[in-house]
Amino acid sequence: MIAAFSPELVSKIEALAGRYPAKAAALLPVLHLVQSERGHVSAEDERAVAGLLGMPPIKVREVMTFYTMFRRSSVGRYHIQVCTNLSCSLAGGEALAAYLEAKLGVKLGGTTPDGRFTLTGVECLGACETAPCLMVNFDYYGNLDAARVDELLGSLT
Amino acid sequence: MTKAPQVLTEFFWLEQLHRIEAYVARGGYAALKKALAEMTAEQVHDEVKKAALRGRGGAGFPAGVKWGFIPKGTDKPKYLCVNADEGEPGTFKDKYILSHDPHLLIEGIVLASYAVGIHSAYVYIRGEYETIARRLEQAIDEARGAGFLGRNILGSGFDLEIVVHRGAGAYICGEETALLESLEGKRGNPRLKPPFPAVVGLFQCPTVINNVETLANVPGIIRNGAGWFLELGLPKDGGTRIFGVSGAVAKPGIYELPSGTSLREIIFTHAGGMKDGRKLKAVIPGGMSSPILKADEIDVRMDVDSVAAAGSMLGSGGIIVIADGTPILQVLRKVAEFYAHESCGQCTPCRLGTSWIRKTVERMAAGRGQAGDVDALIRLAANIQGRTLCPLGDAAAMPVTAIARKFRAELEGGLATAGARP
Repeated sequence: MIAAFSPELVSKIEALAGRYPAKAAALLPVLHLVQSERGHVSAEDERAVAGLLGMPPIKVREVMTFYTMFRRSSVGRYHIQVCTNLSCSLAGGEALAAYLEAKLGVKLGGTTPDGRFTLTGVECLGACETAPCLMVNFDYYGNLDAARVDELLGSLT
Repeated sequence: MTKAPQVLTEFFWLEQLHRIEAYVARGGYAALKKALAEMTAEQVHDEVKKAALRGRGGAGFPAGVKWGFIPKGTDKPKYLCVNADEGEPGTFKDKYILSHDPHLLIEGIVLASYAVGIHSAYVYIRGEYETIARRLEQAIDEARGAGFLGRNILGSGFDLEIVVHRGAGAYICGEETALLESLEGKRGNPRLKPPFPAVVGLFQCPTVINNVETLANVPGIIRNGAGWFLELGLPKDGGTRIFGVSGAVAKPGIYELPSGTSLREIIFTHAGGMKDGRKLKAVIPGGMSSPILKADEIDVRMDVDSVAAAGSMLGSGGIIVIADGTPILQVLRKVAEFYAHESCGQCTPCRLGTSWIRKTVERMAAGRGQAGDVDALIRLAANIQGRTLCPLGDAAAMPVTAIARKFRAELEGGLATAGARP
């Protein structure tokens, strides 16, 4: 199963594991790495990670399903995560989410048929001073209204 | 209003502050040089104890006392975990320290580690702060290159390595024992205490866990002395606080002010008052889990003890301002949804209780509220509070109880209206 990973990826994983007194501690960083290289973490990837870190595959599955940032299937090229928690809600975050749903023609959790956008509703992103806010992949955008969202979506080709 | 002393955010306007040259040019790493050359570990620890530095993460525990819980003369390795898992809704202050002034945190980490005799530190940073984590790693590399980290720091014989570890989107991992589990590569299920992390922590070894802002205060304390720090704040709660203000204010953002500044002053003087001339309805003073204060309850000093005496919690200092016209049910719904989503599921009262609270509130919001719902919410919250392994249960229960008690008339009025609908 380890053959599923390129030698480069395996050596990056081993380097991460070397940063901890116990290899298993590298699991979160390793899953972030695998996900960033492969778009998501498949069942086969889980088994390969388990083998490299010396743990049963079920331990990897437990972690995959506990943390919301880990994905077992791929998302669109632009993953839009819109905050609907309190500070954003007070500034129209739910209306923003509804606007995005209408604009993209998908519900929260959906991906556009062309694979360009995935829209997800998330809890507080830690950017309440710029409410309402969202993330596109790992970039933050705040103080949003319909016009700014249109402009943002237009720039994401 | 006197000009507030800004000791953490003073240089945030410098565009390149995150680079080591700029940090050193403004006096950075002077405290570390002083400590390693002139002070014993005990002296550094004593200075922080004398400074009455209370934890900035939420619980407000004195940092120097916490360090003192680490067993003396243990032959096990000791660890420092930096809690940068900023996830309490309404909180965004640590992001500014991490992104604008990462070397301030690094210097604080080295000083704390020196005081406690730690040679390995982990910064647990929330997964969404990916860009910031990379910036922090760059700063760590710079610090190592300049001899402030790594082996034999500044020729003192003291060694320290720092590893940045990203979380992956679980609020519970801001709870210190869940953070430890997560750092060990597991689900973030909190541990039963005791044993406390100071004795059995990361990898079963003695561990100190401190918030980012807490550690960022240490260089100033060492450079200028505990007396200076105490004068900035209060005798039992030294220094300044970085308050994050969001919601219906004219100028949302971070405001560094002395511990004990009044909540009214923060909102109406510093954050520019209410947005669009709206009237104040209520304030959540210290992140979502802190009990709500009504508009006539905001003459409270924002320090750990004063906010507690007012029946709420200073928490993370994340202030959420709610305007008249915002239905309290909207606030309650957000609170209920959040904790139901973030309960780790380990303790039954929290797993089921948060879920029943959410269902009840969603039913009320859908216009299908029933007489007795408000009492049911108070009862459900009481069945969670104090009955769980970790403080998430209390965090979920406290705001529900406070909203239900203080806004009963509005909530029950809503029920009547809903019932009257055809």
